[in-house]
Amino acid sequence: MRLDIAAVNYFEPWWIQIVKALLIFLVIFGVLPMLTVYERKLLGRFQHRYGPNRVGPFGLLQPMAEIVKFALKEPFRPTTSMGFLFRAAPALSILTAVGALALIPWGGVTNIFGTNVGLYGIDVSVGPLYVFALGGISFYGILLGGWASGSKYSFLGGMRAAAQLISYEVSQGLALVGVLISAQTLSLVGIVNAQRGMWYFIPQLVGFLIFMVASFAETNRAPFDLVEADAELVGGYFTEYGGTGFVAYLFAEYVNMIVVSGMATTIFLGGWLMPFGIHPPTWVDPFVVLAKMMIFMTLFIWIRATLPRLRYDQLMSFGWKILLPLATLNLLVTAIIVVH
Amino acid sequence: MAYDPGSDVIEVIRHPGKGPAISTLRVFGETLRGMKTTLARVAEGPLTIQYPEEKTPVYPRFRGRHKLHKFEDSGLEKCVGCSLCAAACPADCIRVVAAENTPDNRVSAGERYAAVYEINLSRCIFCGYCEVACPFDAITMGHDYELSDYTRSDLIFTKEMLLAEPLERTPLRTEGE
Repeated sequence: MRLDIAAVNYFEPWWIQIVKALLIFLVIFGVLPMLTVYERKLLGRFQHRYGPNRVGPFGLLQPMAEIVKFALKEPFRPTTSMGFLFRAAPALSILTAVGALALIPWGGVTNIFGTNVGLYGIDVSVGPLYVFALGGISFYGILLGGWASGSKYSFLGGMRAAAQLISYEVSQGLALVGVLISAQTLSLVGIVNAQRGMWYFIPQLVGFLIFMVASFAETNRAPFDLVEADAELVGGYFTEYGGTGFVAYLFAEYVNMIVVSGMATTIFLGGWLMPFGIHPPTWVDPFVVLAKMMIFMTLFIWIRATLPRLRYDQLMSFGWKILLPLATLNLLVTAIIVVH
Repeated sequence: MAYDPGSDVIEVIRHPGKGPAISTLRVFGETLRGMKTTLARVAEGPLTIQYPEEKTPVYPRFRGRHKLHKFEDSGLEKCVGCSLCAAACPADCIRVVAAENTPDNRVSAGERYAAVYEINLSRCIFCGYCEVACPFDAITMGHDYELSDYTRSDLIFTKEMLLAEPLERTPLRTEGE
């Protein structure tokens, strides 16, 4: 393995790269609509309801009906909005979200029809940094969307997004550093391979919890959904969006959930490894990752059904006064233990 | 003199416990407790009644669409066209035109019968005064509440429609339910 900074470790022919990219994209965008139904049905169960169950068997075709509805909506924008930015912001949001998908490792290197194929989009030697970089750009999708709408609610949502996402990204990053110094690598595939003995969520329990809490804030999910805050800000940054722009933001949120779940799976839950020394055939690996990701998805929805939205000052004081010192402390303790 | 807020000031609670560390622990515990509460709701299962397929049973005294009755033995109509129901109706939605019974055209048990008996259900307020006013129990309130229609004129129910045995579309509550 080359060790230079930001090296992309690939060895497949170029066409396999394209096939992998298409496959990941198509599978995730096939799962996404199902995920929206899953969330709504599960939320319903948490509230003594069924959730959508009218369109198709068990309501599974609900997203089809909704995609048709959104696609047929008239694209209009407020007179005060800025045309180019108003259209570019949702695209930016979804592009960065999809870009981060490439990093999630679905399995190790396998031999398919005599060719060595890595079951991941790309294996970058700065894996988590790549994800954080794309996450940093994805703020602009929300920020510009809120600002370019030319509406006060959107603007407030965008402002909140800027403050909240930047505050929590610090803790999220620091929570990972404990794992990175234990694994001695920044490659996500390398991190999974380093967990063959023990998954990192046991020695790094504090880091895991901090990462999960910060992830809820990063994906704008309840109880940190101040950015949308439908009770106060109508819809926050996407108040003025309808039709395809709205769908882009919605899908970006779900893709972000998938990415964060994938990151948590890879970094803390042993990626494609199975517990108790079970070694299934290689083709099972992606399904193991998917199953672990579903656990996190369910947790996201469960928390959304449980916790009310935080107040803005609570959000800030929690992020800066509790989460950040805790993450720093976790990093220091890990560093001392690793060095000794 | 400046207003002294005194006891009106509500103390703002910034931490749910003593100090940030204990607060964090407490918040964590309370979150788990909340998650247990919501999970218990899943275990209880949905309470939704899937309306068009499943219906809430109505009570026996439920006041739905009216029914006109006949005598079971002779098959004659109970209504004698006295118009007391129309007089009692606060919404003025009942129209009765009476006619004399003749030996070769005997419709009701009394001297006269209702040649026209119409209830405009788009005006009816389902108060049940007609039922109370009727001296022969010829009109009663049924249990049917699914009365939407496409035009207003379709909601004017004629005597034939009110006399016809209604489709039992509404389940009735059993005794003690």
